[in-house]
Amino acid sequence: MNIVVCVKQIPDPASPGALDASTNALKRDGKLILDESDAYGVEMALQLVASAGSGEVFVVSMAPNGETSGMRTALAMGAVKGLLVSDPALAGSDALTTAKVLAAAVTKLGGADLIIAGTESSDGYTGTVPEQIAECLGLPSVTFAKKVKVDGQVLKVDRQSETGYDEVECSLPAVISVTAGVVEPRYPSFKGIMDAKKKPLDVVTAGDLAVTPAGWAAAGQKIVSVTQAEARKAGTVIEDDGEAFGKIVAFLENLKLI
Amino acid sequence: MAINNIWVFAQASGGVATTGTLELLTKARSLAGKVTAFVGGDAGAIAASLGEHGATKVYATGDLAGKLPGVALAAAMKSVIDSGDSPDVIMFPQNYEGRDTMARLSVKLNRTVLTNNIDIADTADGVVATTPIFGGNVLVATAFSGQGPHLVSFRPKSFAAESSGGAAPEVVAVAVPDLGKQGAAKVVATHSEKSSGPKLDEAAVVVSGGRGLGEAGNYTLIEDLAKLLKGAPGASRAIVDAGWVPYSYQVGQTGKVVKPSVYIAAGISGATQHMVGMKGSKNIIAINKDKEAPIFGIADLGIVGDVHKVLPKLIEALKARS
Ligand SMILES: Cc1cc2nc3c(=O)[nH]c(=O)nc-3n(C[C@H](O)[C@H](O)[C@H](O)COP(=O)(O)OP(=O)(O)OC[C@H]3O[C@@H](n4cnc5c(N)ncnc54)[C@H](O)[C@@H]3O)c2cc1C
Ligand SMILES: Nc1ncnc2c1ncn2[C@@H]1O[C@H](COP(=O)(O)O)[C@@H](O)[C@H]1O
Repeated sequence: MNIVVCVKQIPDPASPGALDASTNALKRDGKLILDESDAYGVEMALQLVASAGSGEVFVVSMAPNGETSGMRTALAMGAVKGLLVSDPALAGSDALTTAKVLAAAVTKLGGADLIIAGTESSDGYTGTVPEQIAECLGLPSVTFAKKVKVDGQVLKVDRQSETGYDEVECSLPAVISVTAGVVEPRYPSFKGIMDAKKKPLDVVTAGDLAVTPAGWAAAGQKIVSVTQAEARKAGTVIEDDGEAFGKIVAFLENLKLI
Repeated sequence: MAINNIWVFAQASGGVATTGTLELLTKARSLAGKVTAFVGGDAGAIAASLGEHGATKVYATGDLAGKLPGVALAAAMKSVIDSGDSPDVIMFPQNYEGRDTMARLSVKLNRTVLTNNIDIADTADGVVATTPIFGGNVLVATAFSGQGPHLVSFRPKSFAAESSGGAAPEVVAVAVPDLGKQGAAKVVATHSEKSSGPKLDEAAVVVSGGRGLGEAGNYTLIEDLAKLLKGAPGASRAIVDAGWVPYSYQVGQTGKVVKPSVYIAAGISGATQHMVGMKGSKNIIAINKDKEAPIFGIADLGIVGDVHKVLPKLIEALKARS
């Protein structure tokens, strides 16, 4: 069973986000790391291939600059090959263009039995890309997967719902999006990191995939203003001296809640 | 562009229209003369309340027979649009089914999507949607360019639901077209958690716990306190991911949006994704042992202390009063 995982590479979330003054979009230059939301997908893919007993895990990514650090992390975890679509003309792409590009990348790799994405990326969080990829490829999809099993040609998913979960079955090939916490992503071993440097990682442009880049000009949306929201003021902060619970009681009393 | 015709993606839960649906209808009728609700299921039981909140017409697919809603509803919407009723804007709730339907439809129509919004306006720049970023500190307004239908989704509680006293709407049945292999996913069983007490997103008091509780067993402190305050227990994603509590407890960007009178955050750091879900609370109390924790930046009352010391004493004090 071959699986393609969509992995987004993002600026380190530990450093505060900033907007580009000329485009008002999130800055995505410099070093990019593997989005933690996609580490779950990579781990899930590795586990599914291991239990199927055959097949490989590939990763695809789209980024306006040629950054591959995040993809190397996925290769170090155990994916065997990567395809990066990198094209300055893709800067400012909307979710739809991103999905078209990733779908074309999956096809370029020869398709897959299963395509895995995260339910939402950490920096963009539109949460629509996986389902858009499925539609571009004409495939069924199961979003918000919190448990995944493959039984022959049947995919069995526990799909998170507002009040619990649904058991969903689907034939392969299919697209799934996995929620955080579904599996425990492995840390790449030292050997994994060394091996990853030698694994094939192709870089292609949108043109190579015959997708028309639709960056800023053609995204169908344009940022018109960025404003500061009304800030919520911090109130009193006190150190607990063993009696601070009393302050909470008084606060609640004041609001007539007790 | 003037907005004349809006569709609202409508949902029911337990036989009644969801509050989120009524919020979107209320906003829609302030923008457009013609508001249509699109229901994935039977409209029967909820048609009257959709009408009362501004829908003059309802499209309903009837029972989806185990199909996942996204793929089925996008195909049904596309068929209505192709047959000539094309809205200027389609408003979706930012939840599972809204998101999936919107995504599928965007490919079918070749239209961009704007997600996670809290407002929409018809302006000289066109249809403009507003989304909060960086934990709600910054608001980004984005205009759609090009042709409609414009696809836009909204965070819960972005608008207040108000009845317009509208009449019962016209209900039109829409068949779900044959989905081919795209419709291969089928729900074979459904599991719902039973919950008691007020609903998390409607409760007047919400008590949420985070990783600072240390271990799953300590979550009973949160439940006990919530019960004493007749509130609902909530959680950060960290402890949902860790499996301490079900996802339905999660507050934040990917969880519930809550706006209670009092929100108590215990052992929660205050990540931006948590804050967008609770910043609208009228009063915020935070207990955290790290005085640098970001949650203190928005708390009305911040206690720098250990949850294992503060919560038991608070619970005792409240019990002693009741
Ligand atoms: C795309 C995306 C979506 C997300 N959506 C959500 C969401 O919807 N909701 C959400 O909550 N998160 C969400 N997150 C995760 C978020 O970024 C944080 O990781 C999460 O909120 C952290 O949870 P926490 O505060 O419980 O844990 P931590 O950040 O680990 O904080 C624990 C806190 O407990 C304090 N503490 C430790 N011990 C004690 C003690 N004994 N007494 C008192 N305090 C103590 C610590 O000082 C610390 O501040 C999302 C992330 C991403 C990338
Ligand atoms: N530029 C990208 N490259 C690779 N995968 C992506 C990209 N953007 C989105 N995805 C995938 O789609 C998921 C959801 O992203 P989003 O729709 O942006 O919230 C991510 O977790 C990834 O798996």
